[in-house]
Amino acid sequence: MEVTFDILRRRSAAEKPFIQTVTIDGGRCATVAEALDLINAEELADDPIQWERSCKQKKCGACAMLINGRPRLACDTKLSEFRKSRIELAPLKKFPVVRDLIVDRKVIFDDLQKLGAWLDENAEADICGISYEASRCLQCGCCLEVCPNFYPGGEFYGASVLSVSSRLAAETPAEYSKRIYGAYNEHFYRGCGKSLSCKDICPAGIDTERLMVNSNAAAVWKRGKRKKDRQ
Amino acid sequence: MINIIGAGLAGLSAALTLAESGIRCRLISAQHSERAQSVLAEGGINAALDTMGEGDDTGLHFEETMKGGVYLADPNAVRALTENAPAVVRKLADIGVPFNRNPDGSIMLRSFGGQKKKRTAFAQSSTGKMIMTALIDEVRKYEAQGLVTRLPHHTFVRLMTNGTECTGLRIRDTYTGKMYDLNGIVIAAFGGMNGMFPHITTGTVTNSGTAAAVLFAQGVRFANTEMIQYHPTTIGIPGKRCLISEAARGEGGRLLVMKKGYPWYFMEEKYPELGNLMPRDIVSREMFFAKREYGTAYLDMTGVSGDVWKNKLSDLREEIMHYFPLDPKKDFIPVEPGIHYFMGGIYVNIRHETSMRGLYAAGECACQYHGANRLGGNSLLGAVFGGMTAAKNAAAYADSDSGMNEYRDDEPLIAELPAGSDERLGDILAGGLGIVRNSVTIKSALDRLDALQCTVAAEKVRKELGRAMLLSALGRMESRGAHYREDCPETLDEFAGVTVSQLAGGAVRITFEDIPERNDNGSNV
Ligand SMILES: Cc1cc2nc3c(=O)[nH]c(=O)nc-3n(C[C@H](O)[C@H](O)[C@H](O)COP(=O)(O)OP(=O)(O)OC[C@H]3O[C@@H](n4cnc5c(N)ncnc54)[C@H](O)[C@@H]3O)c2cc1C
Ligand code: SF4
Ligand code: SF4
Ligand code: FES
Repeated sequence: MEVTFDILRRRSAAEKPFIQTVTIDGGRCATVAEALDLINAEELADDPIQWERSCKQKKCGACAMLINGRPRLACDTKLSEFRKSRIELAPLKKFPVVRDLIVDRKVIFDDLQKLGAWLDENAEADICGISYEASRCLQCGCCLEVCPNFYPGGEFYGASVLSVSSRLAAETPAEYSKRIYGAYNEHFYRGCGKSLSCKDICPAGIDTERLMVNSNAAAVWKRGKRKKDRQ
Repeated sequence: MINIIGAGLAGLSAALTLAESGIRCRLISAQHSERAQSVLAEGGINAALDTMGEGDDTGLHFEETMKGGVYLADPNAVRALTENAPAVVRKLADIGVPFNRNPDGSIMLRSFGGQKKKRTAFAQSSTGKMIMTALIDEVRKYEAQGLVTRLPHHTFVRLMTNGTECTGLRIRDTYTGKMYDLNGIVIAAFGGMNGMFPHITTGTVTNSGTAAAVLFAQGVRFANTEMIQYHPTTIGIPGKRCLISEAARGEGGRLLVMKKGYPWYFMEEKYPELGNLMPRDIVSREMFFAKREYGTAYLDMTGVSGDVWKNKLSDLREEIMHYFPLDPKKDFIPVEPGIHYFMGGIYVNIRHETSMRGLYAAGECACQYHGANRLGGNSLLGAVFGGMTAAKNAAAYADSDSGMNEYRDDEPLIAELPAGSDERLGDILAGGLGIVRNSVTIKSALDRLDALQCTVAAEKVRKELGRAMLLSALGRMESRGAHYREDCPETLDEFAGVTVSQLAGGAVRITFEDIPERNDNGSNV
């Protein structure tokens, strides 16, 4: 079956975007990532679409982009999911475009830095069962893209710092946890509207609601850590 | 200031070691750490912590690593690695890696190939991701202090040398296209040469092999490049091979082929002691022969308990079910060997110094610790410990920062590879460097390589590194570890040495060098 891609391209941030339409034999590739490789090898060899990828197995977050308007990982998006044979690809909108589908997600890492996302003391073994789940965050930015309250440069840092702060809080001995909880309150809790769009979109399947409930209990309601609810 | 190329496990470990002793470094990487291949590691990291009541010790870890590598590794380096392993893993626990724990709180260990004791620490089946997350956060602390400067989306272009010595490097910002020259010591930590075999490795093509090829072209000596590990259990997924971790067998998975309609568990029959957990070179080779005779090989995990699936392999089951319409709790999984790890690479000594003064190398890009075959769980360890060791030895030569100087002239090495170029080279190399090799297939690959047309500079250097791999395989007229020659099936004493390759006067030269004698100061590197 033929599949047509409408790809939003841009040579550089300074230049005007345009849409390039390419049709390929969809039977030759299973995922959007594979389709992009095929397009670049055969259709646009002289002017390939620039996009970021690394692992090709939904474990690194590099290939996040808008696919029919939703932020998703190209390597985890199967062509067979789509009923129409026309697919739109565009760069994530909340981050500055570098070229074509590549955006600069620097703000994610800057916010983590500003949050002070590190341990001050040796970790204590996690009694909440949160650390493993939270450590799986890819820092892909899909959650930030859909979050109604996040904008780059703001004081609310979004769910990508929720994961990191949840891990750090889970492993910080209680007597040292003031700093990380304070940062969580200021840069996450206060700004989050709890719409949970982040939970629905997260390609790593991170249960952001569970992370929030856990962090809120400790940081906001000072209930102390909850005991392990999953091994 | 010290320049580190690569922000995977080895690069982060080097940066942390430097920062902890107050030395500044730049962490230069094509992509952010979260995208490095290290996040893909699943099964675990080895250390003789002896928490399972089996009487394990670092001496046995040493012996089994040497034996697994068929005595091609530097015994003093391996001793340093294995003796320091428990401290490395404890440190990782201290920075918050959520290792699975025993009921008494100690770190739980699992069985892995080539090891008679449980020695592999793990965090379910995402060990690499868990270690990377903790290390990234730990290094961030020093970024805030200005000790570590990150340069993501910057790629290595070439070393700067004064003839014999490395004096710095040139890098390119892939977002702006600008190039910069940086002075100072360089630590190479850019990962394995996956991109020499695009689409057929379990790793990432971000590790394109070009950085290694440029070093080779600049005269840096490489070692054991013919030693390529095929992992026995991989599955084909869009655009690459996906690993099914050795943990699957460590936790009870069994390999089989169908013989006259019945499952034949060939590893268990042929190797009663370690069975499915023989070292990977042997398992992949046996699979190759079993498949040649009986067709598809399968992994049988139907005997794995629900508890193990839930607490130790949850991600693995989800992954398999994502790609295949089958449930590994009930169905056999069709598997094939796939290229997984490069034992060979930049030739380093026990201090991780390369043949070029001022240049160090660590992690999968370096040839260290694993000899002719790496044991599962030893490369995460080797990357962390190698990064630490390189950093410690480089630290003495750190100089003051002379900044980033923009370079605006011509640079032939930045021209993009023409479409399909890496596939063409990969196809030739794969033809000569399969699980089972012989002089005819290697020579025919060399002939095809000669005929390969190259237009841009990067293609030319990649071709010469490919030639070094093939000539190393041709020159090693024996079988050892991952290098199996049908035409020379014996392991021979005369080849118990390192295959050293070097580009000199435009030609690739292969020599064999002695492995260092074992001495008594191994752990002090
Ligand atoms: C699927 C899979 C599972 C594995 N499981 C295990 C396991 O369970 N246990 C185990 O011990 N080992 C395992 N391994 C092996 C192990 O993960 C790797 O050997 C190890 O992580 C390599 O770390 P590294 O730091 O050397 O390289 P990498 O993590 O590959 O990092 C390389 C870095 O260099 C950068 N880079 C690359 N090229 C350039 C360039 N030209 N310019 C600038 N930067 C560049 C990259 O962006 C990256 O930051 C596994 C490997 C794979 C693929
Ligand atoms: S929480 Fe999920 S969506 Fe957000 S950055 Fe992490 S992995 Fe991506
Ligand atoms: S719950 Fe809503 S507001 Fe809060 S981080 Fe998620 S998407 Fe943003
Ligand atoms: S390439 Fe890694 S998540 Fe898609």
